[in-house]
Amino acid sequence: MTQNPHYTKHHPKWYRTGMPIFWWMHKWVHMKFILRELTSVAVAFYAVVLLFQVRALSQGPEAYASFLAWLKTPIAIVLHAIAFLFVIFHSVSWFNLSPRALVVRIGKKRIPDAVIAASNYLAWVVFSAAMVWIMLTS
Amino acid sequence: MKKPMKPFWWGLFGAGGAISALFIPALLFLNGLAIPLGWIEAPHYEALLALVKHPLTRLFIFALISLSLFHWAHRFRYTLYDGLQLKHLNELVAVLCYGSAMVVTLVAGYTLWRI
Repeated sequence: MTQNPHYTKHHPKWYRTGMPIFWWMHKWVHMKFILRELTSVAVAFYAVVLLFQVRALSQGPEAYASFLAWLKTPIAIVLHAIAFLFVIFHSVSWFNLSPRALVVRIGKKRIPDAVIAASNYLAWVVFSAAMVWIMLTS
Repeated sequence: MKKPMKPFWWGLFGAGGAISALFIPALLFLNGLAIPLGWIEAPHYEALLALVKHPLTRLFIFALISLSLFHWAHRFRYTLYDGLQLKHLNELVAVLCYGSAMVVTLVAGYTLWRI
């Protein structure tokens, strides 16, 4: 068979109703869903700020001092304050959802959701306290 | 994005979600609010540099930055997909999101290696 007929895929045109761009604005649960997804922007923002801090630290005391001066500008304070609210929302929603993604069994018994969520919160408190302690003692 | 990549990106999303949920609130509060507003004293430059130079700290900061960005990439990609209905730009959005996470990962790796 030398001839290789050229087929095109058949694309039926489905009936679709258009979805408005701001569909999530009308209901609080949908709004909350979008806000929860947008916490990732605050997470990325802080990851990038941390990278700039490490870079300034590696460039010497002057570079680091000017980075600290930038952190004191009103715009930086406002950005961090907003990002802080979002990352708290991220942590709380993440810890509350984690029992559904993480099913732990001991033998045949399933560890209750509340125990998994509580251990997440406990780890959060312990790690946060550790970082405050490191920051205060160094 | 090919189908078999999906669990991979989801794995990075999950790891990034967990590490950022545990560490970013405290770090952000200390570095971004408490120190600039003068609530606590800023650590001395040498002390902080010595702390960050420790191999374990470097590894931790690298993992935190990189995984947080892959967490963002995955979540933001689907926010644009579902929220803003950018379904026709799906491939472009995916490349831009995961691509920028990879670029920042490389920069972070280089910066932390050289410090």
